[in-house]
Amino acid sequence: MKERYDVLIIGGGMVGSAVARELSRYDLRIGVLEKNLDVCYETSGRNSAVVHGGFAYDPGTLKAKLCVEGNQMMGQLAEELDFPFLRCGKVLVGNTDEDMETLKRTLKQGETNGSVGLEIIDEDRLHELVPAVVGKFAMFSPNSGILDPFQYTIALAENAHENGADYFFDHEATGISREQDGYVISTVQGDYHTRWVVNAAGLGCGKISDMLGIKGYKIIGSKGDYIILDKRTGPLLPMPVYPVPSNTYMGIHVTNTIDGNVTIGPNADMVTDFDYYGVPQKNMDYLAKSASDLWPHIHKADYIRNYSGILPKWVDDNGVIQDFKIEIRDELAPQAVNLVGIESPGLTAAVPIARYAINLMKQREELKEKADFNPRRKGIVRFESLSTEEKARMIKENPDYGEVICRCEKVTRAEILAAIHNPLGVSTMVGIKYRTRSMMGRCQGGYCQMRVEQMIEEELGRKETEVLYARQNSQVLFGKVREED
Amino acid sequence: MEKKAVIIVGGGPAGLAAAVELYNKGIRDILILEREKHLGGILRQCIHDGFGLTRFKTTLSGPEYAQRFIDEVLEKGIPFLTDTTVLDVSEDKVVTAASRKGLIRFQAQSVILTMGCRERTRGALGIPGERPAGVFTAGVAQAYMNLYNRMPAKEVVILGSGDIGMIMARRLTLEGAHVQAVFEIQPIPSGLPRNIEQCLNDYHIPLYLSHTITEIHGGSRLTGVTVAQVDEHFQPIPGTEKDYTCDTLILSVGLLPENELSIDAGVQLDNRTRGAVVDEHFQTNVEGIFAAGNVLHVHDLVDFVSMEAEALADSAAAYVTNGPLPECPVQVIADGNIGHTIPQKISGQKDVRLSMRVKRLIKDCRVVVRQNGEEIAAKRMKKALPAEMIQILVKADKMTSTGDLEVSIEC
Repeated sequence: MKERYDVLIIGGGMVGSAVARELSRYDLRIGVLEKNLDVCYETSGRNSAVVHGGFAYDPGTLKAKLCVEGNQMMGQLAEELDFPFLRCGKVLVGNTDEDMETLKRTLKQGETNGSVGLEIIDEDRLHELVPAVVGKFAMFSPNSGILDPFQYTIALAENAHENGADYFFDHEATGISREQDGYVISTVQGDYHTRWVVNAAGLGCGKISDMLGIKGYKIIGSKGDYIILDKRTGPLLPMPVYPVPSNTYMGIHVTNTIDGNVTIGPNADMVTDFDYYGVPQKNMDYLAKSASDLWPHIHKADYIRNYSGILPKWVDDNGVIQDFKIEIRDELAPQAVNLVGIESPGLTAAVPIARYAINLMKQREELKEKADFNPRRKGIVRFESLSTEEKARMIKENPDYGEVICRCEKVTRAEILAAIHNPLGVSTMVGIKYRTRSMMGRCQGGYCQMRVEQMIEEELGRKETEVLYARQNSQVLFGKVREED
Repeated sequence: MEKKAVIIVGGGPAGLAAAVELYNKGIRDILILEREKHLGGILRQCIHDGFGLTRFKTTLSGPEYAQRFIDEVLEKGIPFLTDTTVLDVSEDKVVTAASRKGLIRFQAQSVILTMGCRERTRGALGIPGERPAGVFTAGVAQAYMNLYNRMPAKEVVILGSGDIGMIMARRLTLEGAHVQAVFEIQPIPSGLPRNIEQCLNDYHIPLYLSHTITEIHGGSRLTGVTVAQVDEHFQPIPGTEKDYTCDTLILSVGLLPENELSIDAGVQLDNRTRGAVVDEHFQTNVEGIFAAGNVLHVHDLVDFVSMEAEALADSAAAYVTNGPLPECPVQVIADGNIGHTIPQKISGQKDVRLSMRVKRLIKDCRVVVRQNGEEIAAKRMKKALPAEMIQILVKADKMTSTGDLEVSIEC
């Protein structure tokens, strides 16, 4: 029989990995069961990457409380875990009297929630903050920000792993049964035993909740599509620009990314297929048109890619979207932490969500802090971000920094080697892309993907037919053209 | 900081031809910076033949064509650095590059931009659908096969009738893949007629014009594509959709000059070519920075790339020897039938060869160049194709240095 865990977390996204990281402060055997081949293939890696201020949620909800907490701690977290984060602020832009009323209401709600620094600004100030934005006035949230959602999730996971948490990829949970003082979790790779279970399955939260015996949560998917624009556009947009929100939907916005691109999106299509990430033509057309109403720099010549993501929303019988649910139902599933409907602002709130969940555990069991917990994690040093002098020094110390593999994002061999030998053991092409930004630039891997593929083969001793793009069965190559001697 | 008379950014066909010609004009203080392991640029992966017919009057493979120039570079001892990626070119011509040996910086008297072009991608086109493995640009598939000995495809659909796409249709077929069809959104092919014959017709690969891909299927590896006919506005016609089962989609949908370094150097680009605005010396708006080859405008044949780079080198040699080149106050303006002309500015005092492409197929026409209302050059064309570059020589004795040149197509 395999080793028994104290806690098994189902789902290695930013919430699952935040739970793993926060739990790894304690003297516990922790494992993470992830159905994909990396930690951010679903909602965690497919979103707007905006750190929210906390004004968009009804007062008293967990969404409001944990978002504000998450926003406040993001600077320290980014420093500890070495992921890119920028508190650039954001504006919600309006034109009509009705918009003004909504913004005032939003500002008041934000203040009640504890979001600080919010102000209504006039057109002049708006244009000082964001030249070329289209709008008469705005609400400005100085504490909103942007981060790299891949690095963020990977950083949480790597820090958890460094503090002892085991990560199991390609481990979809297929069933959960009770045993003495705990659970058996069946996965596609066999059974795992644990005292505690945490359901951090994101889009799969309803399914896992059912497996735990906590039935009846209705989860719908809100699928949003995005278009990514060339880095040429980044300098034109210093902060995200949103329209005036409704209660349930933030609207199509233009967002600067931490790497200097711009994204436009998302629409919100209600879906039941949580596995389909196609972007339809009509949605791309709609995004471009809607976003152009806010910001005039959207041209098809700057498109470099599109993507979509799905938010798991817990709804009641009338279809009304509910708050986050973070619970332990002792009567139905003792020693099981159930996280349901963790959608936006889950990115901002991931660590507070984790701490809230762990507090529920602490109310039932004493957790002993580890003396050797290390809150710090070091990421891969990005050559492109360095000054000329630092670049020269890095190459001198390690010549692999002098070999540029990805021309668009100027990613060097040293960075790709570090990514291939990542602590979590991820070996897909997209895994390397998320960790380095190779293949993420304007040529989309036209120059570097063959080099990255070859390095994966060489460094990990893989055959060319074993190199995967992203998901299971996503072979990049079918073999050799000619057998080598 | 080390000084150089001329730094050439990119050791592909344009850079090599410029280097050799500069040497022939007596310039010795040259350095070619090439990011790959070997000189030759994209020609290294173009193992098919058909190169050199214009220039060498014989048909060569890409590597053979490149080798003719590489041999000259080696014989003449022209300095070059491979595995060296230029990170930045500044407006005052400081060139910064990285290699395993370190970060190097040069103060150049003149910089020659010959970075070539890149392929337009699926994301740039905004093709709808999922994002599985198995969607490659033609050049990526070509590199996998010809440089890395890796087979990227079995059941193939090709979008776009660009030359590399058609060449890859043949190459994939010869290596055992099955190419089902080539789809082209335009009503005419975008590649050369000879490639349609030799790469598609000879292998019974159908080419469907006025068709595009409306959806990509597959969550892991590609499982298929949906294809539809398009109307005259390139919009899919409802009811014409057809599904193709395939594991690979090859895109040959256009090339884009690669000008990120140029932009940082303050070089002004032409929206139509996406390359630099140049004068008859192939000099950009930044004095001493020159551009030629596919970084300037996408060529149909490498022979013309070499010839353009040689013309550039003559000017660059004059610049480093004698200082600033004659002013070029005369604008070259093209009518709506012509996508672009190179150069965009001339002196009006020197013979000049104008390069251009038509935007659509035009039969039985004349390319006419006028200045101040006078016809000063013309070329009769039985068939003008967008796939083929047109060149027309305008003689100095016909021109003056005042009054724009107007280039038009007349039927």
